[in-house]
Amino acid sequence: MANIARNQLILAAAVLSGVVLTAPAAAQNEQFIPILSYRTGPYAVNGAPYANGAADYYNLINERDGGINGVKLLVEECETSYATDKGVECYERLKSKGPTGAAFINPLSTGITFALTEKTAADKIPIITMGYGRADSKNGAVFSYNFPLLGTYWSAADIAIQHIAKELGGFDKLKGKKISLLYHDSPYGKEPIPMLQVLAQKYGFEFTPIPVTHPGIEQKSQWLAIRQNRPDYVLVWGWGVMNGTAIKEAAAVAYPRDKMIGVWWSGAEPDVTPAGDQAIGYKSLMLQHGAGKFPVHADVEKYVYAKGKGSTEPSKIGEVLYNRGIVNAMLGVEAIRKAQEKFGQKPLTGEQVRWGLENLNLSDARLKELGFEGMLKPIRISCADHEGARDARVQQWDGKAWKVISDWYTANEPLIDPLVSDVSAKYAADKKIQPRDCSKES
Amino acid sequence: MLYREAGQLKTTYAEDMAVFPIRQDRIALAVLLGIAFIGVPLLATFHIWPFSSDYLLWAILLPFLVLALAAIGTNILVGYCGQISLGSGAFMAIGAYAAYKLGTGVHIPFAWLGFAISIPPLPVLVSILIGGLAAAGVGILFGIPSLRIKGLYLAVATLAAQFFFDWLFLRVPWFTNYAPSGSVNAPELIFFGLIVHTPIERYLLCLTFVAVIAALTKNLVRGNLGRQWMAIRDMDIAAELIGIRPLYAKLTAFAVSSFIVGVAGALWAFVYLGSWEPLAFSIDRSLQLLFMVIIGGLGSIMGSFVGAAFILSVPIMLNLIPTELGVPVSTETITHLEFIIFGSLICYLLIKEPRGFARLISIGKEKLRLWPFPY
Repeated sequence: MANIARNQLILAAAVLSGVVLTAPAAAQNEQFIPILSYRTGPYAVNGAPYANGAADYYNLINERDGGINGVKLLVEECETSYATDKGVECYERLKSKGPTGAAFINPLSTGITFALTEKTAADKIPIITMGYGRADSKNGAVFSYNFPLLGTYWSAADIAIQHIAKELGGFDKLKGKKISLLYHDSPYGKEPIPMLQVLAQKYGFEFTPIPVTHPGIEQKSQWLAIRQNRPDYVLVWGWGVMNGTAIKEAAAVAYPRDKMIGVWWSGAEPDVTPAGDQAIGYKSLMLQHGAGKFPVHADVEKYVYAKGKGSTEPSKIGEVLYNRGIVNAMLGVEAIRKAQEKFGQKPLTGEQVRWGLENLNLSDARLKELGFEGMLKPIRISCADHEGARDARVQQWDGKAWKVISDWYTANEPLIDPLVSDVSAKYAADKKIQPRDCSKES
Repeated sequence: MLYREAGQLKTTYAEDMAVFPIRQDRIALAVLLGIAFIGVPLLATFHIWPFSSDYLLWAILLPFLVLALAAIGTNILVGYCGQISLGSGAFMAIGAYAAYKLGTGVHIPFAWLGFAISIPPLPVLVSILIGGLAAAGVGILFGIPSLRIKGLYLAVATLAAQFFFDWLFLRVPWFTNYAPSGSVNAPELIFFGLIVHTPIERYLLCLTFVAVIAALTKNLVRGNLGRQWMAIRDMDIAAELIGIRPLYAKLTAFAVSSFIVGVAGALWAFVYLGSWEPLAFSIDRSLQLLFMVIIGGLGSIMGSFVGAAFILSVPIMLNLIPTELGVPVSTETITHLEFIIFGSLICYLLIKEPRGFARLISIGKEKLRLWPFPY
């Protein structure tokens, strides 16, 4: 009896000492980057490829370049399940890890962005909301720590209408047409509505918003309403399982799929493959990039997957959301690189990375160096413009792959900026934020 | 040996009826309150382990306190009065949005009557309490079905309340002050002229609410009303026969429970989240509260705390332990493990110890009172 107890004690001591000895030493020359991802829940079909892309790119930087100027990246994932409270908890847990804290945060959820906007400003950690988030955070004078890179939902709404106008033959043809917005009933889905109302007033089309309750599997009544109403176009602002269901329901009510235009978060392979052939003709916006493999993918395959460190199956490299993850990671890495130019080649704090983001300037040549030629156009972020670029194209699913069917559109800044100033001024007044003077920023 | 009760004689009725009759228990409670009110803020101010970062305060203690409060409210309804409720999330939402509207000024134009009701923004404390009262009012309304239906049917009726309020706060823009995104920001937390901003201040605020309400609730359930609730829970027909009015007992249970849950909802929204959307109070929240109450112990105030601590800490522990040990477990496996563990634990507890962890703790305490003598 005593022998057994003694043996158990020795075994426990051995295990513990082994654990203690093999515990990794605290890394001092590493930059910590958290990945807030969702690999469970109804949005995991879209969240997982995105997180895989980001993880693979950070791995690539470590394996191919040995880090950013010698500073390796320490990455940790945290599961949020697209829930605001879990996202906040993940943020609190990861924000101070690493020698200098988190470099930036990508919540990949507009809901979590709203919850974290104040916290990140107080903790001085930039929150990168590439292609989502608060549309008014384009105004960097008020939202110093929010970066809705590459496009906000107001830019997306404007570009979608531009494409519709092009298909109809001109902006004057929009008058009298009916355009519905099938949106996810959450801050993400509601964000474009003010912009679409402004556009409806300007161009004279009839705008009908149609909400779909989370998680979006129940859409029968919405599509019956669409069948009765017969809008000329339906904009799809869904996420996760809602996208696939929308296409299936559209087929069920025989609504032409080529009159459906999804936002850039509603145009990926997991959205169209469940509907099979019924998804042929479905269009979506592209957040600059589309699907496909580019020079950076060759590097990922060579340096990451060949060594067995990939996050997903090799066949999934090059999908739309995988590419988006890579682009997002690249922008973050380049911001750190830019900040290192000013603050030194060492692990940086969030405040320093914020400077790097605000002064990020990626030219065509630099994008080609990084392996993103053909995916992105030049990006220039500044204090007044935290969006950096507002170009997009439109792609169409042909049953096997996404084909780009349009030229580059640029969102109509003179139309969007008044709305941005109004809403961000109201936020600044509510929160008693003194807007920075961008003309004085370095 | 720990509980040396020799010489602890009760000489007055008040001493005999005390909530904590044993001196060691009173000392333990005083120590606990001392640690909670003084020790934790001190450690946190000087960033001494385990408060070296804000994480423990912000992400563990703060939600623990608020959810424990909500669990106390749910426990009154489900544990003490036996009325199964799946609508706790909705009552939290009512408390949160009512407090938000009162905190930002209410304006209801009755155009067809020719006048408008306009209330200026109220102080935060008042709006939280009135938010709780609003939740209590709605609780009474949705408690009326309980007079006719029990058990599973009542659960479904309260589920209807949950979905109704999900819809209401999403679709009626008046509640969110016509915010285009549906996401609202809490007003600034100003209590008696002090701005509550840092995690320590928020923690102390929630701790005060929880301590006061827990003390009041403990006394309530030990009194006449609590005994009426428990009689209704145990055998409602017999209770009615001996003169307990089911209408009064059940509706007061709904009212008190919804008030506490409403206050917890307002605290959750204002103090913890700061900015929230209707999905924050969805059916998942209701189920989470129900699990807390079942695992912690039905019909026990301490059980609410234990359940809240358990439900909150298990996912975090599951996330932290593999990374601390260096074992690579993917984040989705951890989330799936959470579900597995909670589900199996609830099944196990309901079979083996339906009165939850609180019962196990009180059995342990009974044994401790005798230890080391096993008789």
